[in-house]
Amino acid sequence: MLLQLEEVHAGYGAIEVLKGVSIGVEEGEIVAVLGANGAGKSTMLMTISGINRCRQGRILFDGEAIQNRPPHEIVQRGISQSPEGRRIFPRLSVRENLEMGAFQRGHGNGLGDDVERVFTAFPILKERQSQLGGTLSGGEQQMLAISRALMARPKLLLLDEPSLGLAPMVVTRIFNIIREINRQGTTILLVEQNANMALHVAHRGYVLETGRIVLEDTAANLISNEQVKRSYLGG
Amino acid sequence: MSGSEIFLQQLIIGLSNGMIIALIALGYTMVYGIIELINFAHGDLFMLGCFAGLTLIGLLGLDQAVAGTSGTWIGLILLLLIVPIFCGGLNWLVDRLAYRHLRESTKLAPLVSAIGVSFIFMNIGLLWGGIPMKVFGFGRAAAAPKAFPELVSNANLLGQSAVEFTGKDVMVFVVTLPLMALLTWFVRRTRAGKAMRAVAQDRLAAQLMGIPVDRVIGQTFLIGGGLAGVASVVFAVYNNTIYFQMGYRAGIDAFTAAVLGGIGSLPGAVLGGLVIGLARAFCDQYLETRWTNVLVFAVLILVLVFRPSGLFGSRAKEKV
Repeated sequence: MLLQLEEVHAGYGAIEVLKGVSIGVEEGEIVAVLGANGAGKSTMLMTISGINRCRQGRILFDGEAIQNRPPHEIVQRGISQSPEGRRIFPRLSVRENLEMGAFQRGHGNGLGDDVERVFTAFPILKERQSQLGGTLSGGEQQMLAISRALMARPKLLLLDEPSLGLAPMVVTRIFNIIREINRQGTTILLVEQNANMALHVAHRGYVLETGRIVLEDTAANLISNEQVKRSYLGG
Repeated sequence: MSGSEIFLQQLIIGLSNGMIIALIALGYTMVYGIIELINFAHGDLFMLGCFAGLTLIGLLGLDQAVAGTSGTWIGLILLLLIVPIFCGGLNWLVDRLAYRHLRESTKLAPLVSAIGVSFIFMNIGLLWGGIPMKVFGFGRAAAAPKAFPELVSNANLLGQSAVEFTGKDVMVFVVTLPLMALLTWFVRRTRAGKAMRAVAQDRLAAQLMGIPVDRVIGQTFLIGGGLAGVASVVFAVYNNTIYFQMGYRAGIDAFTAAVLGGIGSLPGAVLGGLVIGLARAFCDQYLETRWTNVLVFAVLILVLVFRPSGLFGSRAKEKV
């Protein structure tokens, strides 16, 4: 198991958002976590990234407990995140945004090569490399956000709502990118409200409801699951 | 002195003082840019830098030195190295002790702490003026203004001209301009500078990128404090008088400059500093000195009412 959450509890103040969440991600997988707004999906990712406190339980990465380590150490260990809403640095250039993704690795260290690789994969980002991040369109920002997270050369990539606010055609494009990143060897934990898309790229999935995992299965089984169909696939 | 000579003279004085104000304003604006804290202790940090400088002069035995000799040049260079380290280190320490723990609380909490630190600094300045060293008048009248020796000659470089342009004016520009260029390069081009801007723009995203946010904020305090330390030395050498309450006025001038330029903006802080320096000089000359502080406060109020984002500011106004 590359990543394992064991009975993780987390929350804000008196409100407990995660009430004992246990999930596992094998190396090489794409795992999707589905759930309605407020189910705790983002909280789960932020707890893995070390932003939110893990109040109880353990988070194991590569067999080592990483819960409540500082966020920069989590990145150093090989987990990076493309957060909800993309959160591109609006007044840094596209290239500088990418450089910040590689912050833990330092300058040199193949930074230039990685930037070139991103530019080969996304020519539009190369075209706009000196433009400020805030001037990009939503789809371009999402590509930049994912690329920026990849600049850390993570073993595990956390993606929070990569399809949010994007036109359907762009969403398809983004999910193709996600599949391609995984094919090249990066394990992905994906959190999505767009359950249909998520289950079509994922190998396995979990359903999170009000802070608890209520369902766990292969993606194929989840797509045909009546309960999932009703609640998350619109029919 | 003819009218145009008077104008030129005030222009020189205004620009020199403006550059000093700009250095202090940069420290305000950098800290605000990154954690949205108006660091009210910043002016008093500048004051402590002046006291540290005078202490150093006493220790080096430079208090009777004659301007222009090699001893005073070496002394000036030593001051320009040591005082910024003192101020930068102190500013870093204050962040570590007083502000870092309050990062996740309401914005008012570190603001009130900063006001507290300002009082602490001012009283340290008062105590400092009372230490029994010759440069502090052997500790008699701790609160009295202290004379800062002439490290740079006051002789007019323009010869017989009625307009005075002295080595001190030259020193101000020789020290501040390259420093501002260096700061611009640092913030725009270096990895640490980019990280600083990233933290200022989106702290959470910066954390997720693996940027150690607290260390970056600490570096900002270090650099902002260092700039205040340089300003201390340049100010003291230029004006030759220091006293423990000087940080208050310097703080108001620099804060006004930062707000005028658009708080958070580095070029804005420099431009604002020059505008305030010039406004002070011209007000001293053409109105009356007693109106000068009124003018500065009027500028502050007018900017806050009519253009709260300042000349270069982009963001919507934060409530303080």
